[in-house]
Amino acid sequence: MAKKVGLEVSLAIAEAVKLANADVVAAYPITPQTHIVEHLAELVANGELDAAYILVESEHSAMSACLGASAAGARAFTATAGQGLELMHEVLYVVSAMRLPMVMAVTNRALSAPINIWGDHSDAMAVRDTGWIQIFVENGQQALDNVLCGFRIGEDHRVLLPVMVHLDGFHLTHVIEPISIPEQSKVGKFLPPNQYPLPLDPDKPLTMGGFGPPYIYTETKKAQVVNLTASKKVILECWREFGDIFGRHYSPVEHYHSEEAKTLLLAMGSFSETAMDAIDKMRKEGKDVGLIKLRLWRPFPFEELRQAVKNAEVLIVLDRAISFGGPGGPVCSEIRSALYDEDRKPKVIGFVGGLGGRDISVAGFEEIVNRGIEIAQTGSEQEFEMYGVRE
Amino acid sequence: MAKAEGELAWQELEIGSIIAEPGSASEYKTGDWKSQRPVLDKSKCNKCGLCYIFCPEGCIEEEADGYFVADLSYCKGCGICDIECPKKAITMVEEEE
Repeated sequence: MAKKVGLEVSLAIAEAVKLANADVVAAYPITPQTHIVEHLAELVANGELDAAYILVESEHSAMSACLGASAAGARAFTATAGQGLELMHEVLYVVSAMRLPMVMAVTNRALSAPINIWGDHSDAMAVRDTGWIQIFVENGQQALDNVLCGFRIGEDHRVLLPVMVHLDGFHLTHVIEPISIPEQSKVGKFLPPNQYPLPLDPDKPLTMGGFGPPYIYTETKKAQVVNLTASKKVILECWREFGDIFGRHYSPVEHYHSEEAKTLLLAMGSFSETAMDAIDKMRKEGKDVGLIKLRLWRPFPFEELRQAVKNAEVLIVLDRAISFGGPGGPVCSEIRSALYDEDRKPKVIGFVGGLGGRDISVAGFEEIVNRGIEIAQTGSEQEFEMYGVRE
Repeated sequence: MAKAEGELAWQELEIGSIIAEPGSASEYKTGDWKSQRPVLDKSKCNKCGLCYIFCPEGCIEEEADGYFVADLSYCKGCGICDIECPKKAITMVEEEE
């Protein structure tokens, strides 16, 4: 039987990496870091996880070490957040273009300046074009589950891509939640050993990450586009099988009383849980509102999103990141773009909030929904509104 | 390589553009990048081989008569051989000349 325990979410992720029997963990233990890699260091030191734990000199090196490990056919894991993810940025593109599977837990945090290590999605959105699969989770259980799924998806020979599991810094990483730890035997069956098809091997020499002059670079990018887009099929398959085995189900766009609701709110990550409470309260008061939770961010689930919002009149999108000087939040602008050519589509109203660790309460979500409905009727002079700003 | 890289369609690329054929870089002639080429004056050369040692491209080879000569299909015209030659036997000449 799977056992249910009260566990800090960061530690639960480390337990998932242990269950996945990772071969290599590379990490840079400085702020912003989490207990994920700290607990993994303990597990390796105590002999509970037979892995090489590489302490590197920066996040750039952590990602580079994982790249090398994955190229050699190892199952590699790392975790980072905020500024650390920014320092990895250059290598992220290399890993995905080289089609090297690995899992990285990104504990979403704000970016400086001013110095702020609290949660928002600035770091996650800054890496949306790096060619990784990006999954957003809303609680500790989902984080653990999706670390396991991440390895399985990334290592599938139809995919061979790195996966980021995004969980909100502090709101999830530093809280204790009841978490069901799956049995090792079931995980072993669900997640067979990594078998990278063309690993580094002195007997079969290969060039990885070679030279790509103008006459071939475009073809390599086309291959990446097709590959990442096609990975959605495997992600769906994996989540279906995970649900069959472990009884917890995931999908790219998740619904909460959204099927027939006229007004929809869309949120990502841990804030969706507070948003659910707000939706419950508003529905009890007779308001026709529902919630959409975007679980899969890359590859973007165009069909599922269009299907989910087609009957709504207003779609209110909350972003926890800003595109400065642009259309507001990256999530909202992508959703607008995804719906632009649809015949039936809701009005899309963008809010930015929950920045740098600022909470949005149940009452806050109510306020956002009510203001969104008002803007849909009367219009707004701004492209988007920032929620909760003192003026 | 069955096809030259410049003829490959995106579907034909190896996973992650891995190059599974060792040594295939020699098929890519980089010599046309240069704007200057080294010219050896054999009357000054003492066949010491320092040009061969310093060439960053590894494109200088010893010929049967013991002289070291650059393969211009790969030479990028950096001029290091010219700088290092103790006998001043190498001169860099503009490509158009």
